[in-house]
Amino acid sequence: MDKIQSDDTIAAIATPSGVGAISIIRVSGPLAVSATDTIFSGKSKLIDSHTHTIHYGNILDSNNNIVDDVLVSVFKAPNSYTGEDSVEISTHGSSFISQKIIKLLLENNVRLAEPGEFTKRAFLNGKIDLAQAEAVADVINSRTEASLKGARNQLDGLLSQKVKSLREMLINTSSLVELELDFAEEDVEFIQFNELQKRTDSIINEIDLLLNSYSFGKVVRDGVNVALVGLTNVGKSSLLNYFLKEARAIVSKTPGTTRDVIREEVSINGILFRLYDTAGIRISEDEIEKEGVIRSREVIKNSDLILFINDVEQDYPYDLFEELITLNKQENIINVLNKIDLNKETKIKSDIKVSALTGEGINDLFNLMKIKVFGSSNYSEKNAVVSNLRHYNCLKKAKESLIEANNSISSKMSGEFIAVDLRNAENNLSEIIGEVTSDDILNNIFTKFCIGK
Amino acid sequence: MNHFEIIVIGGGHAGLEAAVAAANMGCSVGLLTMDKHAIGRMSCNPAIGGTAKGHLVREVDALGGVMGKIADKTGIQFRMLNKSKGPAVWSPRCQSDRKLYSEEAYNIANSTNNLSIVEANITRILIENKKIIGVGTIDNKDFTCSALILSSGTFLNGKMHIGLTSTKGGRFGEQPSTGITQSLIDLGFESGRLKTGTPPRLKKDSINWDILEEQPGDKNPQPFSYSTDLSKFPFLPQLSCHITYTNMKVHKILEKGFEQSPMFTGRIKGIGPRYCPSIEDKIVRFADKEKHQLFLEPEGLDSEQIYVNGFSSSLPEEIQFEALKNIKGLEECEMIRPGYAVEYDFFPPHQVDLTLETKLIEGLYFAGQINGTSGYEEAAAQGILAGINAANKIQGKPNFVLKRSEAYIGVLIDDLVNKSTEEPYRMFTSRAEYRLLLRQDNADRRLSSYGFNFNLIDENKNKKIAEREILINECIKLFHNIKIHARDINNLLEKNNSPLLDSTGSIAKLSKRAELNLKDLIQFIDVNTHKIVKNLVSDKIAFEQVEIELKYEGYIKRQQELINKFEKYESANIPLSLNYLTLNALSAEGKEKLNRIKPRSIGQASRISGVTPSDISILLVYLKK
Repeated sequence: MDKIQSDDTIAAIATPSGVGAISIIRVSGPLAVSATDTIFSGKSKLIDSHTHTIHYGNILDSNNNIVDDVLVSVFKAPNSYTGEDSVEISTHGSSFISQKIIKLLLENNVRLAEPGEFTKRAFLNGKIDLAQAEAVADVINSRTEASLKGARNQLDGLLSQKVKSLREMLINTSSLVELELDFAEEDVEFIQFNELQKRTDSIINEIDLLLNSYSFGKVVRDGVNVALVGLTNVGKSSLLNYFLKEARAIVSKTPGTTRDVIREEVSINGILFRLYDTAGIRISEDEIEKEGVIRSREVIKNSDLILFINDVEQDYPYDLFEELITLNKQENIINVLNKIDLNKETKIKSDIKVSALTGEGINDLFNLMKIKVFGSSNYSEKNAVVSNLRHYNCLKKAKESLIEANNSISSKMSGEFIAVDLRNAENNLSEIIGEVTSDDILNNIFTKFCIGK
Repeated sequence: MNHFEIIVIGGGHAGLEAAVAAANMGCSVGLLTMDKHAIGRMSCNPAIGGTAKGHLVREVDALGGVMGKIADKTGIQFRMLNKSKGPAVWSPRCQSDRKLYSEEAYNIANSTNNLSIVEANITRILIENKKIIGVGTIDNKDFTCSALILSSGTFLNGKMHIGLTSTKGGRFGEQPSTGITQSLIDLGFESGRLKTGTPPRLKKDSINWDILEEQPGDKNPQPFSYSTDLSKFPFLPQLSCHITYTNMKVHKILEKGFEQSPMFTGRIKGIGPRYCPSIEDKIVRFADKEKHQLFLEPEGLDSEQIYVNGFSSSLPEEIQFEALKNIKGLEECEMIRPGYAVEYDFFPPHQVDLTLETKLIEGLYFAGQINGTSGYEEAAAQGILAGINAANKIQGKPNFVLKRSEAYIGVLIDDLVNKSTEEPYRMFTSRAEYRLLLRQDNADRRLSSYGFNFNLIDENKNKKIAEREILINECIKLFHNIKIHARDINNLLEKNNSPLLDSTGSIAKLSKRAELNLKDLIQFIDVNTHKIVKNLVSDKIAFEQVEIELKYEGYIKRQQELINKFEKYESANIPLSLNYLTLNALSAEGKEKLNRIKPRSIGQASRISGVTPSDISILLVYLKK
């Protein structure tokens, strides 16, 4: 078999999904080093470095903001896992960070790897032998079997249903275009340009809905990061404990006992909330506490939701609120008034009133959190939702193809030019559900139209 | 003489191309047919080409085949279909003089060196150690050969149906071929049964032509063949077709015959083509359609017969006749013979390789309807490919396989092998994913160098094509570089309702505008500086190529990128010896299908229905043993 030279560069997160201490992104292909260089800032350029070297530095986004400080390992062809130029980026274990870095790479002529593609390349470049290849094949296979058994969650089923129906709409539309090309001599009515455009527009709209669901899908898959913030002794830890119904953080009357960020996960109606109990944000002489404050700020920055907790005994800390707004967004903040069991009159600003002691109002708080995360949109477990970046990218490509098709339609191009992009869009949708059959369009024509003189 | 290097059984459109190509490549060829005057006979409609089929004819011609040449010589009406659309779907079609076509085909076969025509009825296939060694006739005569091309059309156990009466035969008035199917089944082949049909023939003088809508040929007819002398073309006087329609009364009459329909009563077991249904099928499946279009096609200059295209039927003769008499223009018609259905054996084509050699028996090739296709053009395409490959095999040369990105012929054979077929397979432009590149206008640019290498195209013609290729490419390059100033061209743009230029624009870019054509733009070129443009203007064919390539450059480039993307999979070969059943990681269906079809490349494997993307990954991983 001929050696296959890959001409494109691929990237993927190499560590399992979920939260670990570190996460590794693997990049492979001719542009692996140069593409990483464009988003990496270290002591020297990676392109000038030797193979098998490790470099410390920062990943920067397009606005030069630091995404994470990372270790980058450089492997030059042929001395890498795949046999191509490769880079491994070790980041802190956050799916948010890894996804962000992947997105940055994708903006630099790198594409997302297909499942098993690194191994495929390693194999094709003669880097692994049959025994190793078999081991990898077994892994790929077991995944397939798992999905066959329906072990994947229900959301995937809904998504493929939705994609299938979109693909069907597309095939119907393509059929009308092809009808005119292959059966021009037949006595059938052909589609008008404006009707065609209506159809492609409606498919684009449906795809947009799916694309918009990506953030929801991400929440469903990755969970919601919630920071519990407030002055000392307002009951952050108590509230957290109530959530958990088991005491993990030390709750005491002495302010500042929670010296570090404590994280707990709770599942509410099937949605994972990751709760971070922050140290009070205030000037502290205590070195350990100072460190805690820095971490708290990081947590607040990366949170999807902030529970700003106050109690009936203290005044509303406007300065702290202002600080939260600079770190995150006002709409992500829920003002929680705690200790209502004390029955004290207060005019303090609040969105919801609870008692971490009696549990009063906690359910309402849960509901409010859900509404905040998902907004007023109608997404629920019953909707098709995109939660996977590969699916997201396929849908995006399908949309781009449909926009190209629309351009051809509006410039009144003949059907075969429109068909090119309709077909590409169909292929992109098919990639999501793993179905590619080119006969569907003809079959559809034969069923629906009286063809044949 | 009882030995030939290559024997071809059947002198239809597949057999003719196979025999002529192999003989021209220097092999001794025996064309064995039951009736030598039936060589190149048109069993069904008297027409060549049509959507996508016209592309096939142009490709066969570019490879050095004969179909286009015969069609040009014997055509009595030429039309370029789809002319209102883009160049990729323009398709040439002609009406042929049925008698002259077959005479011309015989003449070509008869005058080809190394080619002997032998009348024989073959009933046995002779093999030794899974290799072909010859054939035997019904009267126990043997012929020996090293390669055998089987192109027996609808003759294998052919059975014709009209109403509830059925007769043995491959074509009206001709005997079937029996024995070969059993011979092949005994060797381990799997056979199937297909059905096709043909409409009634009417007497020309009995039709009221004056009240019918006329469909004339093109004013400037274009030939199929690149070697046809334009100054003599068309060779024959040109005729028109006419159009008429069925009506509800006709449908009612036809319904009376349903009880005696061999289709509806289940007497016909073979599967018919959905794209070419019988008239009774149409009125059942599309019951709300009040009329169906019919084309009345002349069968030849001197022929008394008219072919009723669209009225294929196997209903009883008297029902067909009564129905016809209720159609506008046919009130007084005389029916020369009724339509009929024909059932025949085929061998599901997953049993052949991309070279059309069978996977089971070395040296045995299948071409044409035996592989489940329908149509003269599909047959011819397979014929020339089988002929070339058989000759290559005998001469120890490598296999000849056309890619899907190179030719409709490649699409045709790849589809047959990978998807097999359950109904008679017909080519459509939508089957070609690289349709914008596989145009009928560039067939010679795509394929003639192959034809030349196989000695099927002469050196002069090849040189001309090569020179033209250089001219085309240099002009395309030049037009990207030459810029026209706004002050020079804005007048023209304004006149054509085209957005004005601010400074300059290249000819290539401007030519992409729908409202401009290349002819207008090259006025702005100084032909004394760029002499090559003079050459371009004097070569109509090259000019058209340049204009198409520039106008649709963006689309063509995108298709080319797709081809490049998949190319590495197409060239990743899989050894035929690979035992898929031992690859436990493959899905059960993938395993079965891969084992059945034994694809030659990863690309081919990925097109087999039932083979999943993860099967492909596993295959890639396993392959480097």
